[in-house]
Amino acid sequence: MNATTYAWLVLSIPLAGAAGIALAWRWLPGRTAGWIGSAAIGLAFLNSIGALVMLQDRPAEERHLRSALWDYANTSGIEVQLDIFVDPLAVFMCLVVTGVSFLIHVYSAAYMAGDRGYARYFSYLNFFVFSMLLLVLAGNFILLIVGWAFVGFASYALISFWYRRRTATYAGMKAFVINVVGDVGLVLAAILLQRDTGRLDYPGVFETAPRVFETNEWVIVAVCLLLLLGAFAKSAQIPLHTWLADAMEGPTPVSALIHAATMVTAGVYLIARMHPLFELAPTAADISAAIGALTLVFAASVALVVTDLKRIIAYSTISQIGYMVMGVSIAAYGAGMFHLMTHAFFKALMFMAAGSVIAAMAGSQDIDRMSGLRRAMPFTFAAFLVAALALAAFPGLSGYFSKDEVLAFAAERGGAYWLLYVAGTLAALMTAFYAFRIVFRVFGGEPNAEARELEGGHLHHAEPANPVTGEPEDTDVGYPGPAHHIAEREFPMKAAMGLLAVLSVVAGALQIPGVTHVVEGFLDTTFEDSRFIDTEVSGGLEALALIVGAATGLAGIALAWLLYVRNPGATTRLARRLPRLHGFLAHKWYFDELYDRTIVRPTAALGRFSADVFERVVVGGLVSGTTFAVRAGNSIVRVAQTGLLRNYALLLVTGVTALALYFLVVSR
Amino acid sequence: MDIVWYLVLSALIFSIGAVGVLTRRSPLVVLICLELMLNAGNLALVAFARMTGTADGQIFALIVMIVAAAEVVVGLGLIVAMYRNRVPMDVDELSELRG
Repeated sequence: MNATTYAWLVLSIPLAGAAGIALAWRWLPGRTAGWIGSAAIGLAFLNSIGALVMLQDRPAEERHLRSALWDYANTSGIEVQLDIFVDPLAVFMCLVVTGVSFLIHVYSAAYMAGDRGYARYFSYLNFFVFSMLLLVLAGNFILLIVGWAFVGFASYALISFWYRRRTATYAGMKAFVINVVGDVGLVLAAILLQRDTGRLDYPGVFETAPRVFETNEWVIVAVCLLLLLGAFAKSAQIPLHTWLADAMEGPTPVSALIHAATMVTAGVYLIARMHPLFELAPTAADISAAIGALTLVFAASVALVVTDLKRIIAYSTISQIGYMVMGVSIAAYGAGMFHLMTHAFFKALMFMAAGSVIAAMAGSQDIDRMSGLRRAMPFTFAAFLVAALALAAFPGLSGYFSKDEVLAFAAERGGAYWLLYVAGTLAALMTAFYAFRIVFRVFGGEPNAEARELEGGHLHHAEPANPVTGEPEDTDVGYPGPAHHIAEREFPMKAAMGLLAVLSVVAGALQIPGVTHVVEGFLDTTFEDSRFIDTEVSGGLEALALIVGAATGLAGIALAWLLYVRNPGATTRLARRLPRLHGFLAHKWYFDELYDRTIVRPTAALGRFSADVFERVVVGGLVSGTTFAVRAGNSIVRVAQTGLLRNYALLLVTGVTALALYFLVVSR
Repeated sequence: MDIVWYLVLSALIFSIGAVGVLTRRSPLVVLICLELMLNAGNLALVAFARMTGTADGQIFALIVMIVAAAEVVVGLGLIVAMYRNRVPMDVDELSELRG
C-alpha cells in the first residue's frame, strides 16, 4: 500500500470508532466501549507506522505526498479538494498523536469505568483523535480550519463532559470562546493568503508566497500574526492562555490527552507547518518567540504557588509549550518537535499518575490535603517520579535533551536571542522546583488519613463534591462516578503508565547532541527549504546548554528538597513574608481579573444595556409603533366592512358606474 | 333597426335588476334580479354580435347563460340551506362579516 492509503486509514478508523460507539452504545455492556475505542486508536497507530515505513522507502526528495479524494469546495476562483498532505512532519505528528492517544485510551478504559457517560466519553475521545489527525494531515487551509474547529469542539465537549457540574460547563464555554478567537485569526489569515497568492493548498501557497511577498512586507507579517492568534489560542500562550487551567474541570485522562499531550501542541505544529511563511516574516517569528519565552516564565512562576494538583500540571503544560513555541519560532524545528514528543510522553504520564492520586483521594485535588502517599501507592509514586524527573530535565531523561536543544539553538542564533536562553533557563529552575514540590508534598511526609486507609487495603470514599468549589455534586452525570480506580489495582492503567514511563526515560536517546539525531534527520525533508536548515549548534554551546540545564534541574530539585523536606513550613513563612509577590502569583499575574475588567464586564454591561434599554426602547418601540400604525389604518378600513350585502352591492354598482362614466368622459 | 334601441332596452332591464338587488331584502328576489342583470348583458352582447356580423358576442352570451345556470344552482342551494336551518330570510340579517 501507498503511504497516503495508510494515512487515509489513519484518518478514517478513529472516525468509524466514534460513530460506531455513538450509534451502538446501548448494546455495549461493561467496558466494551472502552476497548472498542482503544482498538480503533491502536489500529490508527499501526497504520501510522505503515505510513512511516512507506515514506521512509522513498528517496528523501520524494517524501511530500498529496492525495485528493474529491472536490471539497469549487467556486469562483477557489479550488479546494478533500486532500491530505503526507510528509515527515505530518507522519511524525500522527505517530505521536495516535501513540499517546492509544495509551490514554487504554488507561481510560479502566479509569473511567463506573462513570455513567462511559460510552459517550469514548465516542468523544475517538472523535477528538480523528479531528486532531485531520488537523495534522490536512493538505490545504480549508481542511486545516475544519480540523482546527473540530478539535475545539471536541475539547469543549470533553471539558464539560460532566455537564451537571456548573464549573465544568463554564470552563467548557470559556475554552470554546477563546478557541473561536483563534479560529477567526486562522480564517482571516487564509483569506489574506488566498487574496494574494490565489492558492489555498500548502505546496501552492508555500511556492507562491516568496514570489508574491517581500521579506517582512506588512501583509505577510499580518498573515503570520493572524496565524499566531490561532496558534496561541490552541496552545494556551499569553494572552490567550486563561482557558487551559479551567479546562482541568474535565476528566483527568482528557487533561492528559487533550490538554497536555496533543491538542495544545497544535499551535506548535501550525508554526512548524507554516515555516516558509514565518521565515518570510521574521518580525512575526520573533514576536512569537518572545511571547513563548514570556509564557514559559509566567506559567512556571504561577505553578510555584497553585495548590490544585491538576492546575499545577496545567500551568506546567503552558510553560512547556512555551519552550516548543519558542523553538519552532527561532527555526529550531527539529528540537521543538522533539520537545513536543518527549513532553507528550512525560506530561501524559504525569497526568495519569495524578489521576490515580485523585482517585485515591476520592476526588480531592488539593495538594494541601495530600501527604505521604508514597508507601500506599508505590507504582503511582514511581511513575510520577519518572515524569517529574523528565519534566525537571534530570540529566539523561528525555526532557533533558529536548529542552536543552531548544535553548542551545537560541544561544546559537546569538544577539537578543540570548534573552530567550536566559528566560528558558530561569523557567527550567522553577520547573524543577514545582515538579518536586508536588513529589515531596504529595508522596513525601507523614501518611494522611487516606494514605493510611489505603495502606490498610481500603480505598477511601467520600461524598462526591466539586473539587474547586466544594459544593455537593449532582450524582447524575456531574461527577466521576461512584467507583474510583487507582493504578495499583487496574492492570490497563498500570500497563499504559509503565509504557509511558519507559518512553519518558529512553526517548531522549533518539536525539543526543553529537551522538544521534533521529528526529531531526527524519524531519529534515519537511524543513529542507528553510534558511536555517544548515545551522548547526556549535559543540561549545551544546555542551554549555547541557551543563547549565543539568545544573538548573538539579538545583531546582535540591531547592525543593531544602524547602519542603529539610525545613517544612519554610514556604508558608516565605509566603507570609512576601504577601504581595505571593498574591501576584496566586492570582496568576491577575490575567483573569484583567480580562474580567476589560472584556467580560464591559461585554456583560453592553448586554445588559441591550436588554434593558436598546431592546425595550428601540426594538420595542419599533414593534409597538408598527402595530399602532396597522391598527390605526385598519380602524378606518373596518368602517366599510358592514357585513350588509346590499351595501356591498351598492358600492359595486357605484364603482362600476363611476368607472364607466370616467371612460365615457375621457374617450370624448 | 338601429342598435341603440336594443342597448336602451338592455340598460333599462339592467337598471331594474340593479335597483332590485339594492332595495329588496328577500334573497330569492335578489337572485331573480341578478338574473335580470345578466340577461340584460346577454341582450347587449347579442345585439353587438348582430351589428358586427361575427359570432363572438353570441358565444359570449352562451357562456354567460352557463354561468347564470351555475349561479342559480349555488344560490338556490344556499337559500334552501338557509330555510332548512331556520335562518331568517333577510339579507340584512346576514351581517356576520361586519369588521
